[in-house]
Amino acid sequence: MSGLRIGVDVGGTNTDAALLRGAQVLATVKAPTSADVTSGVAAAIGAVIARGGVAAAEVTSVMIGTTHFLNAVIEGKHLQKVGILRLCGRATRALMPLTGWPASLRDAVDGGAALVDGGVNVDTRPIAPLDHDAIRAACRGWRAKGVTSVAVTGVFSLADPGMEQTAARIIAEEMPGAFVSLSHRIGVNGFLRRENATILNAALAGLGLHTVAAFGAAMAAAGLGCPLWLTQNDGTLMTAETAARFPILTLASGPTNSLRGAAFLTGLRDAVVIDIGGTTTDIGVLVAGFPRSRSEGAEIAGIATNFRLPDVLSFGLGGGSLVCLSPLSIGPESVGFRLTEKARVFGGGDLTATDIAVAAGLAELGDPALVAGLAADDLRQVLAAMRLRVEEALDRMKPSSEPVPVVLVGGGAILISGPLDGASAVLRPDHAGSANAVGAAIAQVSGEADRVVVLDGTTREKALAEATETARRRAIEAGADPDRLEVVELEDHPLAYLPGHTTRIRAKVVGDIA
Amino acid sequence: MNWNLTEADIDRITLGAGVLGTGGGGNPWLGALMAKAQLAEGRRLRVIGLEDLAPDAQVMALAGIGAPTVGVERMVEGSESARLIRVMEQHLGHRIDALIADEIGGSNAIAPMIAAARLGLPVVDADGMGRAFPEVQMTTFFINGHVAHPSGLTDFEGNTLIVTEARSPEMLERLLRAGTVAMGSAAYFTTAPMTGAFVRRHAVPGTLRLAHRIGDAVLAARAAKDDPVAAICGAMGASVLLRGKVTDVERRTEGGFLRAVLTLGGLDADRGRTVRLTVQNEYLAAWEDGRPLALTPDLICMVDSETGRPIGSEEVRYGLRVALLTAPAHPHLKTEAAKRVVGPEAFGLRAP
Repeated sequence: MSGLRIGVDVGGTNTDAALLRGAQVLATVKAPTSADVTSGVAAAIGAVIARGGVAAAEVTSVMIGTTHFLNAVIEGKHLQKVGILRLCGRATRALMPLTGWPASLRDAVDGGAALVDGGVNVDTRPIAPLDHDAIRAACRGWRAKGVTSVAVTGVFSLADPGMEQTAARIIAEEMPGAFVSLSHRIGVNGFLRRENATILNAALAGLGLHTVAAFGAAMAAAGLGCPLWLTQNDGTLMTAETAARFPILTLASGPTNSLRGAAFLTGLRDAVVIDIGGTTTDIGVLVAGFPRSRSEGAEIAGIATNFRLPDVLSFGLGGGSLVCLSPLSIGPESVGFRLTEKARVFGGGDLTATDIAVAAGLAELGDPALVAGLAADDLRQVLAAMRLRVEEALDRMKPSSEPVPVVLVGGGAILISGPLDGASAVLRPDHAGSANAVGAAIAQVSGEADRVVVLDGTTREKALAEATETARRRAIEAGADPDRLEVVELEDHPLAYLPGHTTRIRAKVVGDIA
Repeated sequence: MNWNLTEADIDRITLGAGVLGTGGGGNPWLGALMAKAQLAEGRRLRVIGLEDLAPDAQVMALAGIGAPTVGVERMVEGSESARLIRVMEQHLGHRIDALIADEIGGSNAIAPMIAAARLGLPVVDADGMGRAFPEVQMTTFFINGHVAHPSGLTDFEGNTLIVTEARSPEMLERLLRAGTVAMGSAAYFTTAPMTGAFVRRHAVPGTLRLAHRIGDAVLAARAAKDDPVAAICGAMGASVLLRGKVTDVERRTEGGFLRAVLTLGGLDADRGRTVRLTVQNEYLAAWEDGRPLALTPDLICMVDSETGRPIGSEEVRYGLRVALLTAPAHPHLKTEAAKRVVGPEAFGLRAP
């Protein structure tokens, strides 16, 4: 990690930017997010360069995390029609593509489906030979309808991606310039969920290109000519060109960047990060410097998918949470961003968690005299109740019963003082308010492999080595320095009710930008 | 009884079937989508009671067999299970009048519905386990002398195997398991037809309604912000063994089965207590201080203590907040003959 880097997190309300040289945070800023993307990002980049006192020409890379694509899916806007191709033979036909989708989203993306011969079994034996002619016929139909984006999902394509790759070549011949999404690069085992994620990716094709272009324009406006990267759900980077092909993989990078930033600001690789905001507390777990992901698939706007998202536990406790003393209750209702007009310390009429923290002397905010009348017993009770909520959630997220280091970030971190039960240490780093932008700035490049392997005629060690090699190759393709790669995940999970030794292998490799 | 299921009924039955899965049985999510697709295509999902079966009615049990990993990836074709029933009818030379689930716990609660809807047949409100068990022969049907043949196995392409002779239910299990592997580790199977009289005497009665009642209780409790755990207990006559959290998970696969020992630590009123669970796909025994709190065939169910969501043995991990419940198995599973097949000795259970 050398050079001068800018990390940007484009949230729904605020755009955060952080400027780093090596491991040193030079400056962080917060600016309102703009409707046009470009101007808000340009403003935040300009402000952080100015505050850091550096020249734009010195900046070597910009990393952007954005919730833009998530919002597009939730709002059902800017989605395009998708040609849906299944390589399945007779299999999977009990459930047609787009089963279980909300009607409005289904109508927005359905460009017509083709279920053709192809796909493989768990042991990679073909279900049926790939039907090239049927794919060509489907392409001609899509082209006639003006469809320019195709999602390809083959049965057990994670065991053997060959047929999906062949299908992509055929589509490129029949539909020159079309955007092709291949499921083995997007999701994991579980056909319908992976197909859904692949279709969503294809539906975001145009928006992906447009957004990446807008970020490029923002950099140009700020006088930057260096490479642009986007952060993905797992906290690693894709080049802007790759991100434009895999918009779905950047969709949940916000919480991940916060977690990674908190790790970086404290130097911890294994820790629990507690982000207490205005309305909610988010708790995530860092394992070897990366967020632990959820085992079950994520649901996006009512659509079941199975790509990996960070495992974050959220509950309604924040600086703006409304407090009732009798009977005692805290949140989940919150005054949210109106804290500075509604809370008592700011002259408002609502008793909030922040008022309790100020009255107890944990923070200096507003006018402490306005909460001086609160009884010491009540304060103790509320603080104890808030602490208990956080400690319970911490215990739930911890990887084992051993105490873990805890990083406390976010504006609401003032609610908690002193040690926490279950924490070996509680750290409160500087720049914690822009941990998300810092997390983007320090992001590395990764490559992954996730496959089901039958260990017949091969050994577990050989299969693990092959998966690692695939992950390394993908990391290098993605822009990592081949000389500084690190295997951060390598696991196999034996599967029930399968013959011999069938196992699911996952490998992940990360490295610094080349 | 003549009960035509709605989408809402399917949601409730799948939720309840998850609880009755006692940790195994597979996730019924895809099955629920398939059942709803049947309704969308204008077919009926009709349920009848045991009392509606004529003594000479021909009833066939149908279930999925294989690896969940394959089931969720190489999804089914949709008509293969109905086709299997037709093939068996041809082989037998007579018609089948109704289908029944082997296993109400998990995804096999739904499997017979898909075939029945396509064939215009009813499904009987009963099953052969009242819960989930890992092997074919572990049904009240086989425990009570049901013959092990002919039995049919089919896959999504229509490859079909008919076992015309199997000398024991255990041998049938081995033959079907081998056939399933050849078919890529996911298939449907039927066992020989049973008479209405036999099913009325030996099936665990009312289990679709029970699953529905459990699911309904959970959804109602969530809506009213009541305790879903208490609601489940009320709906299935269960009692709470422990409210607590998972404190240790020790897992391995052996002979194709997921085996594990789970440790739960009590919280609140149960603070200080430690319960250990023996798992072979399903939760088979709960122990405290080396003594059994609950043992197979009695049901041991784990649910999320806040939401009532059933928790399968494959997804258990440290820190989950759970309620551990037990309910007595139906008397059909507690006879001497049943104990030899599904009792603690049959699984070689010892205190961990």
